Amino acid sequence: MSLMQIRVGGFGGQGVILIGTILGKAGAIFDHKFATMTRSYGPEARGGACSSQVLISDESITFPYVTQPDYLIALSQEIYDKFSPGLAEGACLIYEKDLVKPNGLQAGIKKLGIPCMRFAEELGSRVVLNMVMLGYFSANCPGLTKEAIQEAIRITVPPKTIDVNLMAFEKGYTYDGS
Amino acid sequence: MKADEKAVNTGIHFMDGDSACCEGAIAAGCRFVAGYPITPSTEVVELIAQRFPKIGGIFIQMEDEIASSIAISGASWAGAKAMTVTSGPGFSLMMEHIGYAVMTETPCVFVNVQRGGPSTGLPTLPGQQDIMQCRWGSHGDYEVIALSPNSPQECFDLTIQCFNLAEKYRVPVFLMMDECVGHMSERVVIPPADEIEIEPRHYTEQAPGEFSPYNDMEGLVPRTTKAGDGHNILVTGLTHDDRGYPDMSANTHQVLVDRLIKKIRHSADDIIILEEDDVDGADIVVVSYGISSRVATRGVRMAREKGLRVGMLRLVTVWPFPENRIRELADRIEAFVVVEMNQGQIMREVQRCSEGRAQVAGVLNYGGAIHPPEEIYQTIAGVSS
Repeated sequence: MSLMQIRVGGFGGQGVILIGTILGKAGAIFDHKFATMTRSYGPEARGGACSSQVLISDESITFPYVTQPDYLIALSQEIYDKFSPGLAEGACLIYEKDLVKPNGLQAGIKKLGIPCMRFAEELGSRVVLNMVMLGYFSANCPGLTKEAIQEAIRITVPPKTIDVNLMAFEKGYTYDGS
Repeated sequence: MKADEKAVNTGIHFMDGDSACCEGAIAAGCRFVAGYPITPSTEVVELIAQRFPKIGGIFIQMEDEIASSIAISGASWAGAKAMTVTSGPGFSLMMEHIGYAVMTETPCVFVNVQRGGPSTGLPTLPGQQDIMQCRWGSHGDYEVIALSPNSPQECFDLTIQCFNLAEKYRVPVFLMMDECVGHMSERVVIPPADEIEIEPRHYTEQAPGEFSPYNDMEGLVPRTTKAGDGHNILVTGLTHDDRGYPDMSANTHQVLVDRLIKKIRHSADDIIILEEDDVDGADIVVVSYGISSRVATRGVRMAREKGLRVGMLRLVTVWPFPENRIRELADRIEAFVVVEMNQGQIMREVQRCSEGRAQVAGVLNYGGAIHPPEEIYQTIAGVSS
């Protein structure tokens, strides 16, 4: 893998920036790769759509933004509608099954849905839906190790919430799609 | 002198350029920041405001940028390492006090996280349009030092460098960031405090009766004192003699301004940091700085894959400008290609120094977006054909 390009998006408050931050930390600190993370900023980041871009590479990263996403993680319909047309053959869409209807997706794109909000509610904490999504992403993305993402979660979330966050991650990691 | 281990945030981090700049300032010993928060530099002072109370620093959110830029001069004369942080619209308001810091030889650091201008322009998008403003924005003749980082790691490293240069040359030093580098997060390694070299203030050893503010010279840079140490102290933006007394004669002015300029120009080799890649043997040399220099390396790689002999010259130090290096190269290469997010501010410097001996082309825009690497490649290919 020379360069992996990931776009994550959803509503403000779903923790999509945190997904980007954790993926970046996993790559840059624990998997010893190069990683660059940027995020939507300013008026566009308030309330409505919110997104983050992560690049992971074995070589130093020259252009810091996503040009051709390998993964689109969509937590809202708006993000799906806005960014799915940019997916090329071979890319992978990972989406929140209850919030996103992947209508009109081009052929040749791998499509993986997970009800992460529902799973998070079952764990008693709606806010960990992003960790469920991270776990599911991790299970389907060989470019970053599971251990690196788990370590990144440990050093990022408030210490008292590490267990519930890691449980949520595991829930997503072991989801078999049914 | 080494950094203070109680303050340095040693470790391997994943942080944005703005946060790295804050950590660099703290590592460098900065304990006074005055600012009027403005996008896209706000995160620097936000973090300063969180970190300073724990390490004995003072952060003041001032009434405006004019006040911020003069407060750092006051703090510096009281002995603090001081900084202000802003972006284009605020930077425009600070111009008067850049000249004041130059004339009074006050060590201080200005951080400008550049956004697209003119005026309030593009608050959340990058630009490199303030490069000439930091060089010439205040009135009068003078020299300053400006560095331009292209990664969060360099935002940390070069902020320390800015403080060290400010102390060594008693001059305002500029960290010319941009929105892209300020808001991107990457791996930032902060070394242990005992591996961070800090330039202390060069205080006089003269007794209070002997000392005058500008008579204890170390080369072209006078040693200093601070308010409360008992030495005579008189600080004025008026033309002054070595006692600091106003002396508004053409002769005193000539002697003073000549020294202010020469203390930088004569040390240009010590100050200037360049990064060169395959410049020797190149037909075309791409010149760039800041985030544009990172994107430019991709354009250079594309050109090399097509068999073109292209070198890369990155200005880590933008001011003073590496005039001698550009002149040497102009004698033996065919062309320079300058990549920057403005309408040719550094391109004109390259033209000035190459004096028509090499062709000069620009890959320019109006700010708002970094260059697509293809555009850089196409300009290189166009120049070569």
